[in-house]
Amino acid sequence: MKTIIKGLLIASIAFSGIAIHSVAQEISTLRNETKLDEQKTPNKIYQVNNSDIKQKRNYPMQPPLIPHTIRNYEVNLNTNKCMACHSRQRTEESQAPMVSVTHFMDRDGNFLAEISPRRYFCSQCHVTQQDTKPLVENTFIDMHTLMKAKTDPK
Amino acid sequence: MGAFNTSLELSNTEEFCISCHEMESNVYEELKTTIHFTNRSGVRATCPDCHVPHKWTNKIARKMQASKEVWGKIFGTINTREKFLAHRKTLAEHEWDRLKANDSLECRNCHNFDYMDFTAQSTRAAQQHSTSLASGEKTCIDCHKGIAHQLPDMKGVEGW
Ligand code: HEC
Ligand code: HEC
Ligand code: HEC
Ligand code: HEC
Ligand code: HEC
Repeated sequence: MKTIIKGLLIASIAFSGIAIHSVAQEISTLRNETKLDEQKTPNKIYQVNNSDIKQKRNYPMQPPLIPHTIRNYEVNLNTNKCMACHSRQRTEESQAPMVSVTHFMDRDGNFLAEISPRRYFCSQCHVTQQDTKPLVENTFIDMHTLMKAKTDPK
Repeated sequence: MGAFNTSLELSNTEEFCISCHEMESNVYEELKTTIHFTNRSGVRATCPDCHVPHKWTNKIARKMQASKEVWGKIFGTINTREKFLAHRKTLAEHEWDRLKANDSLECRNCHNFDYMDFTAQSTRAAQQHSTSLASGEKTCIDCHKGIAHQLPDMKGVEGW
């Protein structure tokens, strides 16, 4: 019995070794196949899209992309630069859209007076868009298109 | 007067500004990560560009004010990052007041409103510059705090 288990163990380790090896060849990371002790030539840094034009959301719950640069905007214990434009009190002067009501809700759905701590760090959810081609093809189809395809007479 | 002028010129160099430890390891380190240190144009702003007025009369006034007031009292007692941060708001408010009072003179030495091309600016920038700034209702520092260093606790500061 013991020898069987041992044999199985060895076999599975050997197999997983092969599996890991082949996976390692397929996965393309930021470092690609650069050896651990080598320095990869850094990828190009692309410009952040600063068009100030709001982008379409792919689904209603998507955190909208940030249509402007955010270089050196501090969000920390002392200050939240984003809220200097996006808070309720500031939108008249800044002409920025107010953070939506969901940003004031705690996890039980109660509304707080200020933005909820879980929405404080904006860049957890909101990101800028770089002016570059996507690394992988996007095959996402939104609900609207799906429903239309279903109801449309062929 | 000659000697006074010379020592004043020396204290107007960045080298002098960061010769004390609290300046070098706090504000200078932070400046390095901002647009006023590296940018596409390669024009660098140094400490005296923003902190010492270029006009002689203002310069003396500022110099005397500085040596007497807050700065003099505070520096010398700051020897850790924590102590620096504890005083940061007072120091920052002092600079904001000064720039507000002189209509952001130091900023305007490099950024001249008359030569700003709004069409080359982002929509957000052009919108604000062509209204509140153009009318004189606001000055650079009202909207651009923290462009060279990290900010103190901004609670209660106008516009935050
Ligand atoms: C100086 C004011 C200002 C600051 C600071 C600012 N924003 Fe904005 N933001 C705007 C304005 C104005 C718009 C409207 C579109 C435009 O003009 O760019 C906007 C648009 C957005 C949008 C798009 C909303 C939509 O419905 O598509 C998001 C998301 C956003 N900002 C997030 C952020 C985050 C996150 C930060 C902080 C890292 C931030 N903003 C800081 C002014 C600001
Ligand atoms: C946990 C994720 C999360 C965080 C953190 C977060 N947001 Fe959002 N935000 C969203 C989602 C999701 C939406 C779209 C749906 C909605 O309104 O709730 C949104 C919508 C927005 C909008 C568009 C509002 C509108 O009605 O057009 C703005 C502006 C915005 N967020 C700004 C911010 C700012 C500024 C912060 C930081 C103070 C922030 N968000 C933090 C997830 C987040
Ligand atoms: C020594 C000259 C100089 C002085 C003094 C100066 N700046 Fe600048 N500033 C620059 C340069 C150079 C740039 C970068 C221009 C570029 O390449 O886009 C810049 C960029 C900026 C930007 C653009 C930030 C961004 O992320 O795009 C703002 C805002 C700004 N300065 C505000 C100020 C304010 C406010 C002051 C006064 C407290 C000031 N500047 C003083 C030279 C100066
Ligand atoms: C009423 C508010 C306001 C005032 C006053 C103001 N700015 Fe701005 N400025 C903005 C906003 C908003 C932006 C765009 C967002 C950002 O860069 O944070 C901006 C952007 C900039 C930029 C970058 C340009 C770009 O295309 O993004 C520079 C440089 C600048 N300001 C310099 C100045 C100088 C110098 C003064 C004083 C002569 C000044 N600003 C006064 C609000 C203001
Ligand atoms: C582009 C302009 C600019 C440059 C360059 C600059 N400062 Fe400042 N500094 C400011 C402004 C504006 C404030 C007011 C606080 C704020 O808005 O961050 C300030 C505040 C300070 C303060 C008060 C504490 C604080 O962080 O608010 C100190 C100390 C200081 N600067 C030292 C320096 C030294 C030393 C250098 C050179 C290494 C330097 N500054 C370069 C604009 C500048």
